[in-house]
Amino acid sequence: MRRSPFIRELTTLGHADRPLVGGKAASLGMLLAAGCPVPPGFALTTEAYRYFLERNGLTGLFEFVQDEGMRSDDAAAQLSRRVEEAFLAATLPEDLADELAESYLELGKEIGQPEPVVAVRSSAADEDSRTASFAGQHETYLGIQGIDSLFRAVRRCWASAYTPRAIAYRVHRGLSLTDAAVGVVVQLLVEPRAAGVLFTLSPRTGDRSLIVIEGSWGLGQAVVGGEVTPDEYVVSKVTLELVRKKVNPKPFRYRRGAWDGSLVREELPPELAGAPCLAESEMIELARRARELEKRLGYPLDVEWAMCDQPERGTVFFLQCRPETVWTTKERPLATLAASNPIMAIAQTLVRSPSRPGNG
Amino acid sequence: MQSTLRFPSPFEVGTPPGAEGWEQLYPYYLLFSDDRRQEERRLWFFNGMHFPEAMTPFDIITAEAGYLAIGEMSSRMFCIPPAMGIDFRVLNGYVYISPTPVTDPAQIEQRAAWFQERAGYYYANWRAFYEEWKQRLSAEVERLVAIRFPELPAVEPPDYVFQRRGYGASMDNLAAYHDLIDSIFRVWQIHMEIVMIGFAAYFAFYDFCKKAFPEISDQQVTRMVGAIDVSMFRPNDELKRLARRALDLGIADLFLATGSGAAVFTRLRENEAGQAWLREWEASADPWFYMNTGDGFQHHHRAWIDDPTPVVSVLADYIQRLQRGENLERDTAALREERDRITQGYRELLAMDEERQAFDQILALTRDVYYSIEDHKFYVEHWYQSRFWNKVRELGRLFVAGGFFRDVEDIFLLHYTEVERALMDLLLSWSIGTTPRGPAYWPEEIARRQRIMDRLRAWSPPPALGVVPEVIGDPAIIMLWGITPERLHAWLSPEEGNVLRGFAAAPGVAEGPARVVLSIEELQEVRDGEILVCSVTEPSWAPVLARVRGMVSDIGGVMSHAAIVAREYRVPAVLGTGVATKRIRTGQYLRVDGENGVVTILD
Repeated sequence: MRRSPFIRELTTLGHADRPLVGGKAASLGMLLAAGCPVPPGFALTTEAYRYFLERNGLTGLFEFVQDEGMRSDDAAAQLSRRVEEAFLAATLPEDLADELAESYLELGKEIGQPEPVVAVRSSAADEDSRTASFAGQHETYLGIQGIDSLFRAVRRCWASAYTPRAIAYRVHRGLSLTDAAVGVVVQLLVEPRAAGVLFTLSPRTGDRSLIVIEGSWGLGQAVVGGEVTPDEYVVSKVTLELVRKKVNPKPFRYRRGAWDGSLVREELPPELAGAPCLAESEMIELARRARELEKRLGYPLDVEWAMCDQPERGTVFFLQCRPETVWTTKERPLATLAASNPIMAIAQTLVRSPSRPGNG
Repeated sequence: MQSTLRFPSPFEVGTPPGAEGWEQLYPYYLLFSDDRRQEERRLWFFNGMHFPEAMTPFDIITAEAGYLAIGEMSSRMFCIPPAMGIDFRVLNGYVYISPTPVTDPAQIEQRAAWFQERAGYYYANWRAFYEEWKQRLSAEVERLVAIRFPELPAVEPPDYVFQRRGYGASMDNLAAYHDLIDSIFRVWQIHMEIVMIGFAAYFAFYDFCKKAFPEISDQQVTRMVGAIDVSMFRPNDELKRLARRALDLGIADLFLATGSGAAVFTRLRENEAGQAWLREWEASADPWFYMNTGDGFQHHHRAWIDDPTPVVSVLADYIQRLQRGENLERDTAALREERDRITQGYRELLAMDEERQAFDQILALTRDVYYSIEDHKFYVEHWYQSRFWNKVRELGRLFVAGGFFRDVEDIFLLHYTEVERALMDLLLSWSIGTTPRGPAYWPEEIARRQRIMDRLRAWSPPPALGVVPEVIGDPAIIMLWGITPERLHAWLSPEEGNVLRGFAAAPGVAEGPARVVLSIEELQEVRDGEILVCSVTEPSWAPVLARVRGMVSDIGGVMSHAAIVAREYRVPAVLGTGVATKRIRTGQYLRVDGENGVVTILD
């Protein structure tokens, strides 16, 4: 298999490759290594991004940028606009373009389509660390088909490291503006029946014995973007039993538009909107895989998932995985006994909380 | 939480028509009275778990002995820090109970120090003490069985004179009466000796789990502690064994023919193989068939050995299922495996070594303690209580012979202190050779009381009285009855369409037609695949649980015995709904969600 400085297959990536391909791509490699189902694809390295900048003479764009100056909204907006215009006007260096096209066509062969539909996502080298999630800071382009669309989507991904929101986040977190090393992930697009996110702990209380799945119909955008109130399924991490579920009305879903990369919003009839988007066996299956992954990685996660009705290509997919950052960085009172001796502990428990056990 | 939320005041509850004068059937100290009007500001809830029906005057002795013992052990012996005993009142014949919290922090601290020292002595030696406890209980049963109420002779036997005994049959009967009453009070103290501190230990583990896993269900906690193979299951296991023996002996048909339990036993006696089977029945009978059909708190819940009718229908059911090739065994190995797997699962999720160490320690103690809480029940509520009621019947015979009562069972319409007076009437008149007043006084009085009892039995007691407290501190109230401020609020909140909420007591979801069972007699009407809906379930109903798909009750918490049995039989159960028997009708289609504690009426 080809090992170019610009393109790496997802299956070859691991945690150590973060500086090279960015956090998202590296985490997909980790998901694959952990045996998780991930849509096939490849990553453009940060090297490819730098090569693009150099060959197009774009490094000068950042020469006079000072992080402090970017605290003003105007300055951030200005930089963002300049970057986007310059990136979209520039072209991919020929050798990079050839390699990208070749990898894209190879991906198509796997599923027997000359021009496969893919998702293109940015993968910043400094995102998805255990303390800074960068959640939703960079762009994703779904439903990309054909080489020209792919090239354009890749440049947009690179530019998305400089949206005003991303600039503000970088400045806030004290991350460099001049060297926003951006990788790009290109994956076959799955067209899920339902998709969403899951947490390997309870986002409400931090309870680590639960896996909480949120999901809605169609592509995951509706859930990730907070546009619908998703269904919530809570599964015990210990017994893999469904503990409770809350089915909410989900009045629309996103699907891929016919040929361009745009999303189509589709209204749903009430009986579908009000129905659970997963079968119980699917909830359990998602939870089982998430449990294995957490065990392998050793820390609580949030995971984007998709459930497809294409048994020949697999049904469950993990699209993204990040360390959970809210509860894991929180100071947590230890559940120790008040005393080293359980007898004293029983007395202390009775003294301490005479009133507060029963939550029914 | 607002403290103004309240159930009806006990003083607002009227007397059922025709039951006027019911108060005279019970001791003055057990009644709500104007001189203690402030009691309407406390919470009183109907303890239908232990006293499901209106109590006859004599049966109140189990409440007196029980709550005296709970108070003694909680307050005075072991000093459970936040809880004194449980108070009780009788209203229209039903037992209402009220927890008594300790609120002064200094007093709680002082009690904690005593508790640590005293309960700690028991915890540190738990297994050994529990083995000794069982010996003591067995000795108590022997002592009870040995009590005799001798007939009153025309002339005392010569031995009494020539061996200079110095006292006669009147004194023997008086002493036997006192022995009988002392016996039940003593046994209930011994009972609570292990139970109250047992709840305290369980509560500590529960509290630990809630801290480590804030959303853990009560049921998951119980599944880690789960007592397996406790003696409560043994009677039913003996029935299964006897069902297999009936097949081996080729006498299955004798059980399948219609007829009462007594008729079946008659047929068995007429048949050689039947006699062989009866010998095995008798070998198992003491103690295992002293299991009664209730919980031992009321005299009419007869032991299997005394009235085998319900058991014979269970035997017939087991025989038929064996003939169909079904496996009747509880899979205890699977239960144990599941318990260990769940425990290991939670343990692994604890982040720190200190947490895992604390978890191991408290769990080990809790498992030992909890085993005893489950296991003891057969000894006291069944073996002892069944024999106690029979011993009271022996005393009743003396009164029937003396013309005081028409029926042995009439004795249960007297409070035990009245029995002592009637006994004195009998003994005095016998010794003097005059006419006792009893035969003129009691038959009419008993008929009057019988009428009152009938009215009281037909009355439906409200689930609670008085004011919802902000705090409930007694571990037993929370763990056993499932009474928390939240639960009480749910009882008070307006009805929510077709949904009832209770304790998620045994996992799984089941659907099926409801069978509302209001008394033990109706239990035989339960058909395969139905959802059992009852006021309170008793572990002795276990055979029925093998037939039903789900279980719903008005009363009961996750630690109630019914919950244990439901889990053991893997029947989804929602307990403590407060109103199931009032809201649900037989035949309605139900969904029982034993994981979330929700019952939905689907019709």
